[in-house]
Amino acid sequence: MDFNDSQQEAEFRKEARDFLEANAEKRSIISDKPNDKSPQIAVAGAPETVKGGKEAAQEALERAKVWQKKKAEAGFAAILWPKEFGGYGGSPIQQVIYSQEEHDYLVPSGYFEIGIGMLGPTMMVWGKDEDKKRYLPKMITGEEIWCQLFSEPSAGSDLAGIKMKAEKNGDEWVLNGQKVWTSGAHFADYGMIVARSDPSALKHKGLTYFYLDMKTPGIEVRPIKQISGTSNFNEVFFNDVRIPDCQRLGGEGEGWKVALTTLMNERLAVGDPPGLDFDQIFEATKELEVEDGLAIKNSEVRQKMADWYVQSRGLQYTKFRSITALSKGQTPGPELSISKLVTASKMQDVSAYALELMDSAGMVHHDQNPVLKNLFQNGYFFSAAMRIAGGTDEVLRNIIAERVLGLPQDERADKKVPFNELPSGKN
Amino acid sequence: MNFDFSDDQKLLRDQARKFLFDKCDRKSVRTVLDDDQLHYHKELWSQISEMGWTGTAIPEEYGGLGLGMLELCVIAEELGRSLAPTPFSSSIYLFAEFIKNYGSEDQKKKFLPSIASGEKIGTFALSETNGTPKPSNIKTKFSSGKINGYKSPVSDGESADFLIIAANSDDKGNRNSLSLYIVDLHENGVKKTSLETIDPTRPACSINFENVEAELIGEQGMAWDMTENILNRAAVLYSFEQVGGAQVSLDEAKKYSMERFAFGRQIGSFQALKHKMADMYVKIELARSNAYYGAWALSTDSNELPVAAAGARVSASDAFNYAAKENIQIHGGVGFTWDYDCHLFYRRSKLLSLNIGSTRQWKENLISNLEKRNIV
Repeated sequence: MDFNDSQQEAEFRKEARDFLEANAEKRSIISDKPNDKSPQIAVAGAPETVKGGKEAAQEALERAKVWQKKKAEAGFAAILWPKEFGGYGGSPIQQVIYSQEEHDYLVPSGYFEIGIGMLGPTMMVWGKDEDKKRYLPKMITGEEIWCQLFSEPSAGSDLAGIKMKAEKNGDEWVLNGQKVWTSGAHFADYGMIVARSDPSALKHKGLTYFYLDMKTPGIEVRPIKQISGTSNFNEVFFNDVRIPDCQRLGGEGEGWKVALTTLMNERLAVGDPPGLDFDQIFEATKELEVEDGLAIKNSEVRQKMADWYVQSRGLQYTKFRSITALSKGQTPGPELSISKLVTASKMQDVSAYALELMDSAGMVHHDQNPVLKNLFQNGYFFSAAMRIAGGTDEVLRNIIAERVLGLPQDERADKKVPFNELPSGKN
Repeated sequence: MNFDFSDDQKLLRDQARKFLFDKCDRKSVRTVLDDDQLHYHKELWSQISEMGWTGTAIPEEYGGLGLGMLELCVIAEELGRSLAPTPFSSSIYLFAEFIKNYGSEDQKKKFLPSIASGEKIGTFALSETNGTPKPSNIKTKFSSGKINGYKSPVSDGESADFLIIAANSDDKGNRNSLSLYIVDLHENGVKKTSLETIDPTRPACSINFENVEAELIGEQGMAWDMTENILNRAAVLYSFEQVGGAQVSLDEAKKYSMERFAFGRQIGSFQALKHKMADMYVKIELARSNAYYGAWALSTDSNELPVAAAGARVSASDAFNYAAKENIQIHGGVGFTWDYDCHLFYRRSKLLSLNIGSTRQWKENLISNLEKRNIV
């Protein structure tokens, strides 16, 4: 056992580190930099909220684009993509190494991950050659940003319950309906969408997949205000949106299959969730006083800290096991499936407990406190979202139970019935 | 990065698993469980010893196989899986490690060969009263070459031939008053009293010492430091046993949930049970990864060992305790019958999490070692 890179890996790491050192700023565990992403969860496609309104948001987007272009020129923007589309033509282990290195730097994130991680790979499998040539290179450089229009008010965990209507009219399709939880729809140039083209078919058989220009007439994007006060997601309304049939990916009624290609890449797209973890609360307990002195000297605090430490490091070492498999050219086992499930709840518990340690001061957002800032207040709200976004805790447990442990599927009422005959409650 | 066992080590694991599947079935475990007079499975012990497992990490010059600690981790996991009713942990993780790490050349020559061959059994005695052992509550005394005092509980004390014992060499009752001594338990003045443990397949006794001859091991006054180090080393090995036991608890819960029908369907198709088993899986994977890190620190003599060992120990205790109790829950009524095997794991899980210090204590160790390291 060792943690050393192979010679090839070490060379790649140096290349990545040199690039980052020359072009980005290092970040600390708890930094007072306003743009430090550490206090927040950088959910893919949901860049941190920028204070200062629209103008500041636009500036942040421009900064992100500048950074992305640099990263693309250096070859690190799409390490797994083939060279012909502007990628690095690299291996999963190189992607991991780059992400590890980038994690230590303050760089914009949350704008391009969904496109490069999920939508680009979908186009590579299902798109026509001219589409790939036209769209993929600009996806990498950040000149064009993409969003994923999948979830709907009545299709969340049960994603195939999509109701968005797609009606064929000559060689055009007309889209009507609503999407929701669309990260980045407000700044995306293009989107990929799944819609119901045949409501009389079985649930998974009546879907078709398209890509579209977000400026197509009839599309309206409205931000959703979250409990954190920020808006990372949108509702997107479709009112007689017309798109040509050549923007279809896969066959009519094959939409679910295409969507699975997108979703299968989700795990690769969602990288290290940075943010609130053991290290942050450990620092805080060295500052905060409780009834018998510094929090870190209190035995109850120490017991809890130990639990979070083993969760935090347990996840890190689990990642090491997967990386080892990648490094040997093998497919990692299912062990990483536990990652988000553990991370989100841990963040929620850590945040809530840190507020407890602050006592009544925990009620207040500490903008002025250089050590604590809003770290735990923010985490308290973000973590609630994190336990739901990208698969709820419950869905993740089902996935572990069924796909990893091989337990039987739940009994389902929607398997053999045409979609338009399924009971659907209020929606 | 190579954060995995080697192919040879995996081969050893497969062999050990197959061997124990044949030689250490549940009937063997129950032989010891059901017989008060039986402290361990003698036939299994001699077979394990013949395979050389007892000498895995003991150098060849002292009769061992001269393999490393990683190989011992691999075997520990399999012993945990099979619930092997043997004094392996006391004799190998503790006694042999004390001698190996702190014994004089003469002591190594004297004790290690018979421990490596399984012919003799050793163990370790620290605690004397309820609660966390600390220097001030060690009353056992050493003077003029003799031990006087009382130790309880002593794991595998009744089977053991030799003992490492912590005793005061002066009256100050502080950390530097304590030294470690080796005692031959066949000497006059040793009086053992049977204790009933929560897992009778891992027995313990109390021992009275009246003018029992003893020899110093390691440096005078260094008992606490040596003990901490050896318990850290043992904690990694225990954590592998615990991960093994946890994994089998999950496997058996899963198997039962797929065979048992209620409300016209497999009970394993109910989300309430699936989520429970998913949680077991999560805890086991975290524990396994923490144990791997412990194994790395152990095998490389890293400065990380105190933190890595405590992390492995805390995580593994959590995983096995959880998996064992929820395995009973998933079995329903039959789960708390003597006939079903669930209780074997329930017993073992709690015993293992107490045996070399409670989870509470190891959490405390973890945080104090993190503070010492001061870099997280």
